Amino acid sequence: MDTHTTDTDRTGTAGAHLPQLHEPRNEGMPLDLDWVASVQANTSAIERRAATLPGRRSVKKEWQAAWLARAVSLIDLTTLAGDDTDGRVRRLCAKARQPVSPRILDAIGLPDLTVGAVCVYHDMVATAVDALDGSGIPVAAVSTGFPAGLSPFRLRIAEIGESVAAGAKEIDIVISRRHVLTGNWQALYDEMAEMRAACGEAHVKAILATGELGTLRNVARASLVCMMAGADFIKTSTGKESVNATLPVSLTMIRAIRDYEARTGVKVGYKPAGGISKAKDALTYLTLIKDELGDRWLRPDLFRFGASSLLGDIERQLEHHVTGAYSAGWRHALA
Amino acid sequence: MTIKEIFDSMEYGPAPESAKEALAWIEAKGGMAGPFVNGKWGSLRADIESRNPATGERLAGLTKCTAAEVDAAVKAARKAQPGWWKAGAHARARILYAIARGMQKQSRLLAVIETLDNGKPIRESRDIDVPLAIRHFYHHAGLAQLLESERPGMVPHGVCGQIIPWNFPLLMLAWKIAPALAAGNTVVLKPAEYTSLSAMVFAEICAEAGVPPGVVNIVTGDGETGAALVAAEVDKIAFTGSTEVGRRIREATAGRGIPLTLELGGKSPYIVFDDADLDSAVEGLVDAIWFNQGQVCCAGSRLLVQEGVAERFYDKLTTRMDRLRVGDPLDKCIDVGAVVDPVQLRAITEMVDANTEGEVRRANVPMPANGCYYPPTLITGLSTSSPLMQEEIFGPVLVSTTFRTPDEAVELANNTRYGLAATLWSENVNLALGVAPRLKAGVVWVNGTNMFDAAAPFGGIRESGFGREGGWEGLGAYLRPDRRPSRLKPVAPYTGEGAPPAGIDRTAKLYIGGKQARPDGGYSRAVHGPKGALLGHVPLANRKDVRNAVEAAHAAKGWSGTTGHLRAQILYYLAENLSARADEFARRLKDMTGASGEAEVEASVRRLFTCAAWADKFDGEAKGVPLRGLALALREPVGAIGMLCPDEAPLLGLVSTVAPAIAMGNRVVAVASEPFPLAATDLYQVLETSDVPAGVVNILTGSHAELAPTLAGHLEVDAVWSFSSTDLSAGIEKASAGNLKRTWVDYGRARDWSGPEGEGRAFLDAATEVKTVWVPYGE
Repeated sequence: MDTHTTDTDRTGTAGAHLPQLHEPRNEGMPLDLDWVASVQANTSAIERRAATLPGRRSVKKEWQAAWLARAVSLIDLTTLAGDDTDGRVRRLCAKARQPVSPRILDAIGLPDLTVGAVCVYHDMVATAVDALDGSGIPVAAVSTGFPAGLSPFRLRIAEIGESVAAGAKEIDIVISRRHVLTGNWQALYDEMAEMRAACGEAHVKAILATGELGTLRNVARASLVCMMAGADFIKTSTGKESVNATLPVSLTMIRAIRDYEARTGVKVGYKPAGGISKAKDALTYLTLIKDELGDRWLRPDLFRFGASSLLGDIERQLEHHVTGAYSAGWRHALA
Repeated sequence: MTIKEIFDSMEYGPAPESAKEALAWIEAKGGMAGPFVNGKWGSLRADIESRNPATGERLAGLTKCTAAEVDAAVKAARKAQPGWWKAGAHARARILYAIARGMQKQSRLLAVIETLDNGKPIRESRDIDVPLAIRHFYHHAGLAQLLESERPGMVPHGVCGQIIPWNFPLLMLAWKIAPALAAGNTVVLKPAEYTSLSAMVFAEICAEAGVPPGVVNIVTGDGETGAALVAAEVDKIAFTGSTEVGRRIREATAGRGIPLTLELGGKSPYIVFDDADLDSAVEGLVDAIWFNQGQVCCAGSRLLVQEGVAERFYDKLTTRMDRLRVGDPLDKCIDVGAVVDPVQLRAITEMVDANTEGEVRRANVPMPANGCYYPPTLITGLSTSSPLMQEEIFGPVLVSTTFRTPDEAVELANNTRYGLAATLWSENVNLALGVAPRLKAGVVWVNGTNMFDAAAPFGGIRESGFGREGGWEGLGAYLRPDRRPSRLKPVAPYTGEGAPPAGIDRTAKLYIGGKQARPDGGYSRAVHGPKGALLGHVPLANRKDVRNAVEAAHAAKGWSGTTGHLRAQILYYLAENLSARADEFARRLKDMTGASGEAEVEASVRRLFTCAAWADKFDGEAKGVPLRGLALALREPVGAIGMLCPDEAPLLGLVSTVAPAIAMGNRVVAVASEPFPLAATDLYQVLETSDVPAGVVNILTGSHAELAPTLAGHLEVDAVWSFSSTDLSAGIEKASAGNLKRTWVDYGRARDWSGPEGEGRAFLDAATEVKTVWVPYGE
């Protein structure tokens, strides 16, 4: 039924899906305040669209299995806890290499499936890079005084440099929420631009911390300003706010991505993070991306799930697909 | 396809809802559907075939009920009605509640049957039609419970004949049956011949819910069966369907003295201002015109976009259209299903193919090879004169043009014979709430579309019909005051040959546009007292005077925008000035009728006070809909009302009809008491000295029988009331079909103008239209 051409050459099943290979990076553009000011986001309508989406789309059987496998390939498998240790991070990286039991992956014909990336704090970057050596799975580091982003600016910039030096290929920065809350778009733009410059070749994901921005209109405007300043990805949340990724927020942000592409021709990636823990939620997100942005975004260079417990639920669903019996959590290897 | 291939392509796959149980249900009925009368299935014959429009497969044979079968159903309903009413409000509430529960228990069966029969996506029948229908019964269980305390003195009509369309078979059934039953009526309902099967499931649910035999009767069949139901001895008719058929029903029922509600077609505007959230407005269109394949009477089918954002909006819209999924309605991943029948598909195709204007953009999506499918279509750049901009297409076809200013948007939006719904998108609350009241529609959605709820009145103005469904307003259509009016005897003028009274001649004229005007025809008639005294002459107005008066009334439309407070002040002023001349008016009444006029003048002054009091108090209501937002049922003036005033109460009758109308903001063309017109002509000076703006009240004198057809046929008159002692009801109702104007006629029955019957809510209801404005909010 679907006519949209797909990018079968970018399947990324073999692990070698370095995101920077396929699309030109977002070089940004001068801050266009008129455009920013014209951005609208009608909360009720956005919520209605989000609320009815799961009822409008359904993927079943083989399609469900394939879509869930795709979701696995899009996960930034994450640990961002104060008690992270080398051992904990190595275990996570092992899971990133082998996210689902080989038995199940063989059964669905995707033996080389890996997650999209591993996401850790700066101190764990070296460990993760080592643990993932040869896998092609990039390491992402949260940076810039994550999660509050309130450490001295020069230290935040320096932190990016150190993470890149330690081998992080992707840097998840946090923006200064106060610039959004006070409407200081120039400050937000300057901050973002400087952080992107500090990333060098590493891709930068801008975490908006949408749960702290107050309104969807602010989310839409902040998304746009970060893209103008060169963000490769925009990302919802640190996972530490009381409200993290939601469908309405996602809809708002990906519509901003769509508008940015329409204006500049540049595709910016999207990463919802925090609160996506069920396989069914992942499918809903994928339908949202597919229907609002298009199939091109269903690839690791343009979409990631920031999640830790999502993988466990997907494993259980995949086993159910293979065996026909409902699965149990303890049958699958811990992340 | 292998999982690996799907992993690469990320296509949607099939996600079919099983039809097994539903088909088994039909099979268990012997593959037949037909009348359900008096709690039993009637004769099941395959007179008509019910087919699945998605596949063309036969679903069931259907009885085409004959006039005799319809009459039998009406008889059963008639027999059951007194018991159903006497059972009391609580008993009815319990049964309505049981129906709601029963529907909930069969919700998936109802949804699948609906989709099989109609072709609408299962997503819609499952998530919209069925839940709304269930909610309707729950809500009306509550209305039934509260009926006795909240509507004392009101009784049911009796047997209601109800005819529903094929686009929302179960939901329209609920909209019809729930209020009728709550109010204590019994019903005979005819579903559309394409889509009768969900009504069969409903009949079973009724039986299980303890609905007494004869309370709910269903007759199946086509238009002929419907015509038989209209012709049967029913006490009320409710119809939802096309404007064309609605017009025929209006004509067929003219003068029968049974109330009628019509919910008809539309060409509803969908206005996008340049400050709107364009992406959300695009998504709204998916729910407006591609909901139910566009086969929705209130579909936002006429897109009006502000010029500066039009191209961007069309780009976004076409991108969105290309992601719609058209196909098997039973697939849970389908947006647009099948059109109801090949006949409808042909009608849509022919209309669109006949168009030569604008740019046609069809959704670039794969279409099923077989079945009744029409691609989602957008036609931009149409002129207002294009038939596609004016006629209802009733398919997934959106037509569009642009506007420059809010005023122009309103003008374009209202440039239609219809007036069902309107949608507007703007992030500016001043603009949105300023435009909403100016749109000619029974429902206005702000920043959303196609929102419905049992608590919120729904219905149209102009040729979209009259009457509301939902809430107390909808229930009102199934109730009447408990009064048994006597026959109204024709009042003949007195004759005589007396000489004019001494003094300077006072020549009564017509009162049009605030000026006293000579009649176009140049004829007058002498008015004599009971003893033959010549009291004066009054002009005989003709159709051109009616035309002039209506023009004046139309020009005074500013009155409808005045505040209730201002209108109250003017009505009080009228009372004050009438009171100051009470003796003169009392004398005049006595001279004309022979009876003492003091009481009538006093009653007229009181009535003016009552209407002044109401002017700023007939409030709208915020309805309790399940939405973060407001659903405001506003009371708006009907517009220009033509009136044939009571003959027997020359002053009080005029005041009792004109005053509530103008209190609610209407403009009036009133034809004075035919035998006793001089109280009305004397009133001109009172009107002039009371600051009533020119054109708000226009008064004609002359023959009711001669003027009524012109008033009733006038396409710029929004309503006609007749309390003439000449029984003109049938003619007025028949002629009103032209623009489907509202009528309120006496069917030759008397009304006590001096008592409570002469004022109150009945008058205010008739003088207003309910407009439901939905305003979802939240940042």
